[in-house]
Amino acid sequence: MGNKKQTNTPQGAVIKNILRYIKPYWLTVLATILFAAITVGLTLYVPILIGQAVDCIIGPGQVDFTGILRVMQIIALAVLLTSVFQWLMNRCNNHIAYHVVRDIRDKAFSKLTILPLSYLDQRQTGEVVSRIVADVDQFSEGLLMGFTQLFTGIATILGTLGFMVSLHGGITLVVVLITPVSLLVASYIARKTYSMFKLQSEARGEITSLIDEMVGNQKVVQAFSYEKKAEARFDVINDRLSRYSLRAIFFSSITNPATRFVNGLVYAGVGITGALIAANGGITVGVLSSFLSYANQYTKPFNEISGVVTELQNALACFARVFELIEQPAEVPDAPNAKVLSKADGSVDLEHVYFSYTPGQRLIEDLNLSVKPGQRVAIVGPTGCGKSTLINLLMRFYDVDQGEIRVNGIPIKKMTRESLRNNYGMVLQETWLRSGTIRENIAYGYPNATEEQVIEAAKAVHAHSFIRRLPQGYDTIVSEDGGNLSQGQKQLLCIARVMLSLPPMLILDEATSSIDTRTEQRVQQAFAKMMEGRTSFIVAHRLSTIQEADVILVMKDGNIIEQGTHQQLLEKKGFYHQLYQSQFAH
Amino acid sequence: MKGLLKYLNNYKKESVLGPLFKLLEASFELFVPLVMAKMIDIGIAGGDTGYIWWMGGILVLLGVIGLVCSITAQYFAAKAAVGFSAALRRDLFRHIQSLSYSEQDTLGASTLITRMTSDVNQIQSGVNLVLRLFLRSPFIVAGAMIMAFTISPQAALAFVVAIPLLSLVVFGIMKLTIPLYQKAQSQLDHVTKVTRENLTGVRVVRAFHKEEREKETFFAANRELTHTQLFVGKISALLNPITYLLVNAAILWILWSGGWETYNGALTQGAVVALVNYMSQILVELIKLANLIVSVTKALACGRRVQAVFDTKSTLTSPENAAPQPEQLPREIVAFEDVFFAYRGTQADSLSGITFRVSRGETVGIIGGTGSGKSSLVNLIPRFYDVRAGRVLVDGIDVREYSLDELRTKVGVVPQKAVLFQGTVRENLLWGNESATEPELLEALRRAQAMDFINSRPEGLDTVIQQGGRNLSGGQRQRLTIARALVRRPEILILDDSSSALDYATDAALRQALREIEGETTVFIVSQRASSIRHAGQILVLDDGVLAGLGTHEQLLESCPVYQEICKSQLTK
Repeated sequence: MGNKKQTNTPQGAVIKNILRYIKPYWLTVLATILFAAITVGLTLYVPILIGQAVDCIIGPGQVDFTGILRVMQIIALAVLLTSVFQWLMNRCNNHIAYHVVRDIRDKAFSKLTILPLSYLDQRQTGEVVSRIVADVDQFSEGLLMGFTQLFTGIATILGTLGFMVSLHGGITLVVVLITPVSLLVASYIARKTYSMFKLQSEARGEITSLIDEMVGNQKVVQAFSYEKKAEARFDVINDRLSRYSLRAIFFSSITNPATRFVNGLVYAGVGITGALIAANGGITVGVLSSFLSYANQYTKPFNEISGVVTELQNALACFARVFELIEQPAEVPDAPNAKVLSKADGSVDLEHVYFSYTPGQRLIEDLNLSVKPGQRVAIVGPTGCGKSTLINLLMRFYDVDQGEIRVNGIPIKKMTRESLRNNYGMVLQETWLRSGTIRENIAYGYPNATEEQVIEAAKAVHAHSFIRRLPQGYDTIVSEDGGNLSQGQKQLLCIARVMLSLPPMLILDEATSSIDTRTEQRVQQAFAKMMEGRTSFIVAHRLSTIQEADVILVMKDGNIIEQGTHQQLLEKKGFYHQLYQSQFAH
Repeated sequence: MKGLLKYLNNYKKESVLGPLFKLLEASFELFVPLVMAKMIDIGIAGGDTGYIWWMGGILVLLGVIGLVCSITAQYFAAKAAVGFSAALRRDLFRHIQSLSYSEQDTLGASTLITRMTSDVNQIQSGVNLVLRLFLRSPFIVAGAMIMAFTISPQAALAFVVAIPLLSLVVFGIMKLTIPLYQKAQSQLDHVTKVTRENLTGVRVVRAFHKEEREKETFFAANRELTHTQLFVGKISALLNPITYLLVNAAILWILWSGGWETYNGALTQGAVVALVNYMSQILVELIKLANLIVSVTKALACGRRVQAVFDTKSTLTSPENAAPQPEQLPREIVAFEDVFFAYRGTQADSLSGITFRVSRGETVGIIGGTGSGKSSLVNLIPRFYDVRAGRVLVDGIDVREYSLDELRTKVGVVPQKAVLFQGTVRENLLWGNESATEPELLEALRRAQAMDFINSRPEGLDTVIQQGGRNLSGGQRQRLTIARALVRRPEILILDDSSSALDYATDAALRQALREIEGETTVFIVSQRASSIRHAGQILVLDDGVLAGLGTHEQLLESCPVYQEICKSQLTK
């Protein structure tokens, strides 16, 4: 799952989609092509002009100054125009590239907010992030920059050919015959080095994963005095990596000198044939000098194009990955006539609910439950019994496969997700805080809260005292993933966040697992107050926290195996009794 | 940064020969326009075909020599760069391994990993580029100018004016854009952060129905980035047109003054062509140089980041002369004497005035609220951190007098986070003690309550564990880490809240099994559950870094209000 899967979208569809993103900028695209054509044409024309000027300079006493002046004026004009159009071309290019990137990112992120959780839960965060960030970047660089290079490259080749033929066919033939050698050499080397690069990147992957393990878990490494052995393993891979690297780097770096050598050959070829023809008066020295600058220019785009093609392929692959994300089917939208549940009375019914994450692996089967308004429902059971799944279904993060869940007697599929979720206050075991100030985090669900309300919520969960001790109090910035707060403190903030909005139903999934028991006890009082008159679902490991629940559901393997109050369940001497004994007795 | 240069020491020869051959190649390249000029002035003007062939031959020869020189140069440069980075990576890994918990806390594992991987790679390509190209471009620029002077001092004035102007433009634009690119990079980081945050918090975002607001945040960050990118783009789009303009202006000057000089007989037609060629060469080289500087700037930044790791010295090292192991092991295995401890960079002490003594074979329970200092306390025993004041004694000797290896062999630690490594179950268990026999491994697994799960796997002990133990559940991982510590047969076993993922029944069975080794092993159990520690011979109750109670369960229930409160919340029925 974690590795970048190759997507199997056909290339045609990918390209069609790319065009869709470029379409809004079609005028700019046209302008770019036009400017590029003009730039290339003028750039190629200048050597001819310089040649003409050279022809005006023949020898002592034989210099046509009016001629030179005239040509120089044309050169000046051509150069000026080239510069202007080149600048315009670059500007247009940037405009398209950065705007297309922005559009794709906006679209991809918007998609994230409506993707079903089943998609996101199955993927690693890093992978999705890299699609939106790195892949889009690669795409813009590769495709849009590559495209201009490809276009100007081809235009340069064709233009040069045209100009050369117009000057002298024979010399052109020499250029055309020698140039492909450079291509052959380059592709030969590229093929040879490919396998070496593969070896290098394999070794690199190996060393990265070793570093990842050993440095990432260094505390354990040191606790077991494993450092020396880790170093020995590292050295073996490091040696292999440097052997492969040397070969890969050296062989790939031959490309440059080799193609430059071929360029030199072209130059010499043009020089010799041109000079021989010029000696017989076939062409002027000016024409020869134009040819010489063409000889330098002509081979360059060939070398570039081979690089551009790989870049384009890479860009397509990157886009395909982003595209796959954007094209994912979104969550089933709310039904068109979906009701808005304004304020739930708190009755929740589950009828013949079936659910599983992966087809074929049964999890929840024929689950029935009827919760009256204001009841406290506790859910207990061993890890993996389906407690969190139940919450996923209640909040409609996942849809049931079969059966129905009703709130206020209305099937939740027939109400808007927004109104359903607005009626639940949720505190999860995983404490998630947004980067921003403490105040912003507490007021996340209720941005219009006054300062007093925020402080009151913090006081209710006994977070006020620690917040006040922070350097900037309520304005302290919570860093990414809340790194500057302890797990317990983060959990208190999450509870305060729900305290402030206080919806009619509550879901507490191991909401106090990271809080020490003494603080927890105090928070419990706040919880108790909060739960008054509210339907609450409480998942907890610690049985002490749920004894006062109106009904306790004991879950095992996706089924409710026991149900009743604490006292009833203890008397039953069933699974709950067992759990309880292991926790409290010895 | 300079400190890193020492890694080139073993490649002195290569570091000198690489650039040298590159310069040789460049010099031969500089001769090309001159040869061409001769061809025009003598060969064409005199109609001497033999001379033309002769000069053409020289052109090819120059090409061949250039090829040989540059391939040689590439080889030496690659060898030096790769050797450099291999040595650097090796030392960096060793250095990082030597950093104590304190430095790891400050630096953070993820930056250490990027510095070891992508930063070192960047530096490697930087070194390679510098060796190959850094001398070449300025050399060609200077060389072309000198050549121009030998042809015609007057026409060469164009070079004297154009080169500084060109350099000014190229480097001016770079100076403007590099900080802007850095700004764009940090804005991209922001975009990344918003995306990551929304993925990790997707349930909360949706529960509070804040999708639209999160979108706005993202759009704003995205727009900021685009804005900066467009702005830098505007500036760097100027580079090519301006340099093109300047070079051609210089060529115009060459043509004009070259025309006059030729008219006066001071120059030839071929010489004018050569001057024009030199000017074009300079343009190409300056652009290359600019690209090079961008890469080198990146490499330098990476170099500084790597150097910063080297500059972080471990504050915790083995003493030069480790204390000799006492012949008669004292009865008292661990003792804390008025210990104060503070984490690096914090003002307040995490532990203050802790004093207690533990006899060999005793089981010690440590309980207290979140952040009360439980983990900090046990981390002092294997000397993962140093005390700020007071002493920690193991077998009657201050832990700072032991060699770290020897001390840590006495201690088996099961950390809070159950970390396993890529490899088989067997390999992971052998971390504890390399020479453990198969029955010993099985015995450890049995005690750690991991037997049933190993038995359920067809490969048994050779079951492969994926990186990070992804293919195991939290409870299975935890049981294996406990087994790993047991394999060590340590004198002191520390369980740092390491049964949290186990259900209560398994936890109870584990405690029962640990009781079997009571007497030979001293066990420290850190827990939030009173039930896990109530049978310990000695219970330490921590409250805000202070020892709030010390004694058996019964004693504490009578005398320690903090302990009473904890038990009341957990054990009352």
